[in-house]
Amino acid sequence: MYSAADLRKGLRIKLDGDPYTITEFNFVKPGKGQSLYRCKLRNMITGAQFERTFREVDTFEPADLQQKAMQYLYKEGDNYVFMDLESYEQVYLTDDQVGDAKNYLIDSLEVEILLFEDRPIGVTLPNSVDLRVEHAEPWAKGDSVSGNYKPVVLETGYRILVPPFIEEGEKIRVDTRSGEYLTRVKE
Amino acid sequence: MVVNSVRDFFVGRGYLEVETPHRIPAPAPECFIEAVPAGDWFLHTSPELCMKRLLAAGHARIFQICRCFRQGELGSRHLPEFTMLEWYRAGADYRELMSECEDLVTTLAQDLDMPGGLVRGGRTIDLRKPWERLTLKEAFERYAPVPLDEALAVGTFDELMAFEVEPRLSMDRPVFIHDFPVSLGALARRKSGNPEVAERFELYIGGLELVNAFSELTDAGEQRERFLKEEAKRRAMGKRPYPVPEKFLRDLAKMPESAGAALGMDRLVMLFTGAEEIGDVVAFRPEEL
Repeated sequence: MYSAADLRKGLRIKLDGDPYTITEFNFVKPGKGQSLYRCKLRNMITGAQFERTFREVDTFEPADLQQKAMQYLYKEGDNYVFMDLESYEQVYLTDDQVGDAKNYLIDSLEVEILLFEDRPIGVTLPNSVDLRVEHAEPWAKGDSVSGNYKPVVLETGYRILVPPFIEEGEKIRVDTRSGEYLTRVKE
Repeated sequence: MVVNSVRDFFVGRGYLEVETPHRIPAPAPECFIEAVPAGDWFLHTSPELCMKRLLAAGHARIFQICRCFRQGELGSRHLPEFTMLEWYRAGADYRELMSECEDLVTTLAQDLDMPGGLVRGGRTIDLRKPWERLTLKEAFERYAPVPLDEALAVGTFDELMAFEVEPRLSMDRPVFIHDFPVSLGALARRKSGNPEVAERFELYIGGLELVNAFSELTDAGEQRERFLKEEAKRRAMGKRPYPVPEKFLRDLAKMPESAGAALGMDRLVMLFTGAEEIGDVVAFRPEEL
């Protein structure tokens, strides 16, 4: 159990049945008044954000969260299927829960799955993933002005801007946090 | 620099600098101020009780700059160990201390070569006297969505004060907020002609609460009752019990009519340096220790 005095940025608590991350925190105390703990919270399942002020007497349950190493297997309807690398159990995440991570999910990619009270709620990717270019316009000479980027489609369907020398069939490394091209990968 | 100027100011006005013990057996029972235990005693949360005993002993003008300790207070404007300036003046009331606050801050601004005003959050604060004086009731009428009485009755006073009123106060000019309900000034004298409010004020500059001051309650009987009431509330909230400060109450009977003020020195330095966070004006924040 946490008390209001334990609140701080980054702490994860359970409120009304859902896990929340504290994204901003400030301690405020007017004059001879009571301590107030003003927090911005993000719902870790829905992403919804809101502000709430707690008082000294408020108590909180820690959010029961766990990260587990898993492997991406395949997409089944609207669900993404992952396998626990220890127990070989399969878990499912919806399209919404996967979010932009779907741009990087290739067969057997190793990821971290976030579980809240043993229910999967999100996925954390490695910082970069290598992906094959499935479709690219050929490099037309004359377009080679430096700083020029061209759009290509990757094997996951993700459209990304890359330098003009990248050809169809090549592999590139993509930063999963910014969504941007990093480098060409030699095979 | 700031500390030297403060000393010069008070010494120049005939105040005696004093030192009182930091470790005391019985802090003033107040609901929302937690003392740090030190052995069987406590570190003081303010030098108030000991300084008033010096008033009772016949010192008419005294000041002290000292470290104070309050458990659990850590934020952009709070440190659990901070520096307090307190001064007490026999024969004065809270209005005279308002004028003295004006003189203190404007003198410092001159000493520090900032006579034009302070800059906070990109805005210049005009320090020309006299500063605005608003009753707490007026401040609520002006800035809060509900009147003061209603906020007190439904228990949302602290939230409204912290998030609606304070952020809108004193951004361009300093302001005194005065006449707080008696329940929010456990050691303050009731106002003559309006016993529901206490002769207490707070000075805000640039949205920072800088000074808390009041005409002192000198009725030992009433002080004891208020302490017992606060202590009962503390216990009901499950807080660490404090013993009754008997020696203070004994001396209070001999204390002359007087007024006293407490000023957060770290916040004063924030004002004169433009620091956004209180942690920026101390050598080490708690998390750095």
